[in-house]
Amino acid sequence: MLPWLARRLFQSLLLILVLATVVFAVVRLAPGDPLNRMVDDETGAADQALIRTRLGLEGSLVQQYGRWLRGVLQGDFGLSLRQQRPVADIVAEAVGPTLLLTASAYALHLLLAVTAALIMSTRPGRPADHWLQGVGLALYSVPGFWLGLMFIMLFSRYLGWLPAGGMASPDAPFMGPGARALDVLHHLVLPMATLALGAFMGTARYLRAALDDILAQDYILAARARGIPERRVLVHHALRNALLPLITLLGLSVPFLLGGALVVEVVFGWPGMGRVTIEAIWARDYPVIMATTVLTGAAVVLGSTLADLLYRWADPRLRLPDLGPAEGRSTGGR
Amino acid sequence: MAVEPVGSLNRTDGGLRTALVLTTVGLAAALLAPVLAPGDPSALGEAGARLAAPSSVHWLGTDPLGRDVLARLIHGARVSLLVGWVSVLAAMLCGTVVGMAAGLGPRRLDRALMALTDLFMSFPRIFLVLLLVSVSSPSLLLIMVVLGLTGWMSVARLVRAETLSLKQRDYIAAARGLGLTPLQVAWRHILPGLWPTIIVAATLRVGGAILTESFLSYLGLGVQEPTVSWGGMIQMGRGILLDGWWVATFPGIALAVTVIGYNLLGDGLRRRLDPRRQGGGQHD
Repeated sequence: MLPWLARRLFQSLLLILVLATVVFAVVRLAPGDPLNRMVDDETGAADQALIRTRLGLEGSLVQQYGRWLRGVLQGDFGLSLRQQRPVADIVAEAVGPTLLLTASAYALHLLLAVTAALIMSTRPGRPADHWLQGVGLALYSVPGFWLGLMFIMLFSRYLGWLPAGGMASPDAPFMGPGARALDVLHHLVLPMATLALGAFMGTARYLRAALDDILAQDYILAARARGIPERRVLVHHALRNALLPLITLLGLSVPFLLGGALVVEVVFGWPGMGRVTIEAIWARDYPVIMATTVLTGAAVVLGSTLADLLYRWADPRLRLPDLGPAEGRSTGGR
Repeated sequence: MAVEPVGSLNRTDGGLRTALVLTTVGLAAALLAPVLAPGDPSALGEAGARLAAPSSVHWLGTDPLGRDVLARLIHGARVSLLVGWVSVLAAMLCGTVVGMAAGLGPRRLDRALMALTDLFMSFPRIFLVLLLVSVSSPSLLLIMVVLGLTGWMSVARLVRAETLSLKQRDYIAAARGLGLTPLQVAWRHILPGLWPTIIVAATLRVGGAILTESFLSYLGLGVQEPTVSWGGMIQMGRGILLDGWWVATFPGIALAVTVIGYNLLGDGLRRRLDPRRQGGGQHD
């Protein structure tokens, strides 16, 4: 187990380094001087020189790369051109909101997925099954940013129940800690629901297939024959086993969660990594773009490493030597 | 490979039937836009016709510049379908070449190509797309290239897996025994066996490409005015959700219906074509 873990971690680190290199290469080797994408004719020579320094553009490409990579490894991504402060600070402020949004949305999506899978699996071919499949397909196919706008239109602008965006009310600084937490939750409802609703059907379909397989097993028949109540059979005997592969799905969901969060954050003005990234792209703030891209890539790599680790932990057969990672391991929904 | 003839199309397959209707309507709107659309999608209305609610004159209302929403909706289908199909075809081409090369080539090539695939897969796609878009100026061609470049990885994996299994068949050994070159074997005997996988995978990916394009256009990073795109239309309605709800609502419905059509079509084709009938979503 330990040598495997060491090798896996080494691979992950290597992958992150390559990722950082690719990001650097894309920004620097794209046609045209990055400086020219930032300045116009009216920018004076002194300002141009300043921006060149800020961007780390002096010296040869190799020197620039070395300097940048050394910074990245020390958590130093340079200065934001637009905000005139360290990129690391900007990113640090954005990580919390993104974690809050993705974690709560993941929990809600799991709840919805389990409920939907149980309903569909226990009533195959009945109206509830068809209906859920239809609703799920629709939610799955709807653009996330548009769904968010529709929620804002209905629940915020029309009904006035929930705030349209941001993470806190203007008067939040004057609230007590409890009221402030409630205020954040109030702002969280719509973005969380948008993210979870767009996602749950992929997982539900996966779970449903797993449940259908398990419910056809002999041990389920045996449990029923012993007179165990159906509800208990479903939850204790079937659902538990169906949920096991979801451990892996959690790690593998990272790219999807971050991508979805980006869309939702932009629509709701949620101050997370996605919003920071988009604002940096609008402003051509390259140090920030490079930082958020490398960090999300790193999060994805670590997520899949964690998935592998959890999978080995959950499935003892894989701990045997020479078996290697399971072939054809399904990634399930998105 | 036992592929049921499409002629035996199961009449109870409502999903596939719905899919065919929806995708045909979308295609017709795109191809016949100038004929079908009520007037010019870019014609600015008179002062009184700005932000007009849906009525018998403007069925879906007008936007803040007085342009007819229905006309723009019909013309917007062109960008969505063009980007959806071209980018997916590009991704399919890359993915098939990489997947077949990995499956048929020497072990070392296989490892290198799969490492490359894993590397590209470690970016959340939208971040990779945004990074590439941020270093150039937005255009229709760029969007198609970028979506193609970022969409081939899962295809390469699918094609590789299918190639590895086809490679074991007796008829491949026979073809080799007859003295066909590896390229001839790949082209004449492996590729035909891959078609069902490729067609299903392509159809299932069109919806995702359309959604990504609409998001980029919504952000102002995609297709630029005066080309009409559904994402751009939604952007226009973003600030007027109460006074002009129709501006943002209808393009979103058009997007959803189109994507539902392609997802249903992909699922339906998979039921008919895919020998393995794999369950679960294949979307990325």
